[in-house]
Amino acid sequence: MKKFDLELAVGFFLLIGIICLGYISIKLGKLEVIGGEYYTLYADFAKAGGIKPGSGVEIAGVEVGRVKSIRLDKDYAALVGLEINSDVKIQEDAIASIKTKGLIGERYVEITPGGSDKILGNGGKIRDTESAIDIEELLSKYVFGKV
Amino acid sequence: MTGLLRMVGSGALSVLRKMGHMLIFLVQSLSYAFIPPFKFRILLREIQFIGTKSMTVIVLMGSFTGMVLALQGFHLLRKVGSEALLGPAVALPLIRELGPVLSALTITGRAGSALTAEIGIMRISEQIDALTAMALNPMRYLIVPKMFAAIIAFPLLTAIYDVVGIYGGYFVGVKLLGLSSGTYFSQMEHFLEMEDIRIGIYKSLTFGILVLWVCCYKGFYTGYGAEGVSKATTEAVVMSSVLILIADYFLGTLFI
Repeated sequence: MKKFDLELAVGFFLLIGIICLGYISIKLGKLEVIGGEYYTLYADFAKAGGIKPGSGVEIAGVEVGRVKSIRLDKDYAALVGLEINSDVKIQEDAIASIKTKGLIGERYVEITPGGSDKILGNGGKIRDTESAIDIEELLSKYVFGKV
Repeated sequence: MTGLLRMVGSGALSVLRKMGHMLIFLVQSLSYAFIPPFKFRILLREIQFIGTKSMTVIVLMGSFTGMVLALQGFHLLRKVGSEALLGPAVALPLIRELGPVLSALTITGRAGSALTAEIGIMRISEQIDALTAMALNPMRYLIVPKMFAAIIAFPLLTAIYDVVGIYGGYFVGVKLLGLSSGTYFSQMEHFLEMEDIRIGIYKSLTFGILVLWVCCYKGFYTGYGAEGVSKATTEAVVMSSVLILIADYFLGTLFI
């Protein structure tokens, strides 16, 4: 009978454990292990309510990046930084709009591609934006009439 | 009247003295953790004892926890017509709360009690004194490797518990109750953030140190004879379990 192999048993446990830890952090936690495959675009929104760092960025319903930062710009607009997959090209006349998934779902940024030949590079700015639709405001307009 | 006051006072003092004693034990063992020589071979043996040997029971408990969550969650969610949220309903509580807490409780029952009994018997059969007499530091030989093994093993066991639980929930929700498999996983990915997983890992690390601290302390300063060891083991398991649940609540308020 062979002696009990301590190293093998420990190695087996560590391997299984690390695979599980990796699975939940990368697949479910969306941890980015390999950096550098993103570039950053900026967009000014009049109202960025509802989106937060980590919210999705989509083109035609396909996720192509995430929201990286949100801060106040000089002219009191919300400057939103978007991390976009480097293999997705975005034209300078593309439109960024904040949309809602379903009626009460979470907010995300939808980019509608433009027709220009000029492609935005790292640090570029999307000029055309559409702010979040405030459902409460719409409802109150409908209920109380325009003042 | 003064007798009653004196009783309250002496009780409080003895509780404080015990707490201080425990803290000094922890600080001492941790301070030896950073002074070479390190005992890697013993560390491996302890990881094997706490980690590898706990895997079977962790897998068993994880799969059934996930299955129960899916079963109950499905029937609750069906009443409000949102079965689609079954994935996050299984994964979120599993990763944030149940995974760390239940796996820590399981490991306490399986490995913590055994550690207390082992150290306690070494104490009453004077093996610890023998180590000291041979100028071998018992902290370095007995406590530090166990602590490090727990710090390594607890998060990994929790991760195994989470993954197995998620697939247990998948089995019940998708295979038995007829949810679509895409819904289960995509909703889960949509709702879970790295934040949730980090909280789970922090919790399991905390519980690992807590359990090992209590179990090693109780064994190291056990009472006399077989009765003393049995009492120390019971105390260690009860105290660890209670502390796990208390710490879980306070960590929950801290991270919410």
